[in-house]
Amino acid sequence: MSNIIQNKQEKRAEYRAMFRSNVKNRLLVDKIMMGVVFACVLIAITPLLWILGTLFYGGAEALSWEFLTGEPGAIGEGIPPAIGPAIQGTLIIIGLSSIVGIPIGVMSGIYLAEFGGNWFSKQIRFFTDVFMEFPSIVLGVFAFLLIVLFLGHFSVWAGAFALSLIMFPIIARATEESLKMVPWSIREAGAALGLRKWIVTLRIVLPAAKNGIITGILLSVSRVGGETAPLIMTILGSSQFFSGFDSPMDALPLRIWRFSLQPYDEARLAGWGAALVLVITILAIHIGVRYWFIHKRKKTDMIPRLSKIGV
Amino acid sequence: MLKRDFSKSRGRGPLSDKIFKIAATVAGAYVLVVVLLMVVQLGWESGPIWQEEGLGFIWGTDWNAVDGRESFGAFPYIIGTLVTAAIAMSIGVPLSIGIAMFVLTAPKRIGDPLGYLVELLAAVPSVVFGLWGLLVFRIYFKDLIEQPLHTAFGDSIFLFSGSPFGLDVLSASIILAIMIIPTISAVSRDVMLAVPQQQKEAAYMLGSTTWEMFRLAVFPYSKAGLIGASILGLGRAIGETMAVTMMIGNATGLAAIPQSLFSTSATMPSIIANEFIEASPVSLHMPALLGVALVLLLVSMSINVVAHFLVIRMLKIKEGAINN
Repeated sequence: MSNIIQNKQEKRAEYRAMFRSNVKNRLLVDKIMMGVVFACVLIAITPLLWILGTLFYGGAEALSWEFLTGEPGAIGEGIPPAIGPAIQGTLIIIGLSSIVGIPIGVMSGIYLAEFGGNWFSKQIRFFTDVFMEFPSIVLGVFAFLLIVLFLGHFSVWAGAFALSLIMFPIIARATEESLKMVPWSIREAGAALGLRKWIVTLRIVLPAAKNGIITGILLSVSRVGGETAPLIMTILGSSQFFSGFDSPMDALPLRIWRFSLQPYDEARLAGWGAALVLVITILAIHIGVRYWFIHKRKKTDMIPRLSKIGV
Repeated sequence: MLKRDFSKSRGRGPLSDKIFKIAATVAGAYVLVVVLLMVVQLGWESGPIWQEEGLGFIWGTDWNAVDGRESFGAFPYIIGTLVTAAIAMSIGVPLSIGIAMFVLTAPKRIGDPLGYLVELLAAVPSVVFGLWGLLVFRIYFKDLIEQPLHTAFGDSIFLFSGSPFGLDVLSASIILAIMIIPTISAVSRDVMLAVPQQQKEAAYMLGSTTWEMFRLAVFPYSKAGLIGASILGLGRAIGETMAVTMMIGNATGLAAIPQSLFSTSATMPSIIANEFIEASPVSLHMPALLGVALVLLLVSMSINVVAHFLVIRMLKIKEGAINN
């Protein structure tokens, strides 16, 4: 009898030991994996901080009023070539591509949200998503074939067209997502007042969704502002200030690229300075949008998820 | 019912509403027109090269723009693109999924800001990555990683042969990996969020640790979506232009087929970015570059179509999941 009890106790102790070692190992594996996962985050953040660090360290001394507003001039005078035309060109091309891209994007978003639900709109949504991921250089080549070859010279319009192609899908999806979050009762209230659908959409639904739409527009602007590849074959780059829509123009990312190809210290310094200006602007837009988002979210919930916009 | 009637009141109603609907439809259809026009235009304008080289253009390895001896083949750049994208994926995908796991499991106060910092990587323009890679990263990378690897394995493993210079396939791929991390991690986070809470709780209830919960409940469920997220990243990697152009060393022709991790190469976008301005529209050079662009467009389009199918399907089953 006592033998059996002793046996049982032994078995129990054995199981307990097995259980302990098992749990110990599993907890250890868990800890290791969580450590690995945290290391992944650190590895990914390092380049960002490294880049920002180098930009501030290397670019800050280039910044000056002359640097931001002057013409590049000749290299070798000891001062970094200025980026005035580049900044002006970037502003112009963002303005022009917004004029083309925003209406198309917003209207396309309205179509998807208000008239969607059928087979055709599903195809459009799908292709908008796919189009958003097209290589930007192919869009540049397309603009080149369509406009530059047709006109016979490099043109600001070609660049603006190429960039608008990058902008409009982002805006369309942002508009769609934010319109969908506007409650149907608001539309019905408008209809009950006897308003026409387009008035309801443009005057009631769109303002209610404006936060999300503005977010989409700002993010698309920040994306377009850093694009280089489609500008190479459309606006080409230039070292003078804007001189008409039918001639080459400079842009900040293009100028950074040109600087990177020149083996002079001044060019390198100017490259850091220009990159600093560009990155600060873009990050300011992103962080500003984010902050605004969180601030607004408390009041209204009509804001789409950032990741759905694909930026 | 009311909602449906209101939204589909077609046929009736004032003229202005019809015009509005047509305008919206046209704006929506714009994307289809652009895609179609793009494929047709690229196909048409690159016609001469297909006539001259036939399908051999795709596996030809020559790249000679000299008048009279013109001969073009896109094979080296296709290979260069695939190799850099593959290396970037093999580094970027595990990191990204790890990041998504961290953001999902860490306390909100730590996970959200760190996840946001990773997302900010996507905001840095490609050309700035290129500048940083060219002027800073390459030097450290060459001295600290490539040179030791070369001295240790250079003679025995072909991957590490060739003298490292910093402007090569490996360094370009690493920059590329950094650039695709935000995309993949954001989408994989969404996909893993779509796993029903009940499944996670069931795994926890069986006594699993966090890692086992991921293995038991999250990964099997979100497999398709994670693959889709990675393919989205692949699409980005294949189309990425400036950073790669600045880092990869820009070889042409036969020399652009990478012999080792430390050899220079070229990708489809980089050859276009480098030579497009100089190519004369009347010679075969321009059609050849347009042919490369067409191949790039078709490859990227098919990759993205597949990725979207996988991701959309994953995010859609979220609602009906409990019944399965």
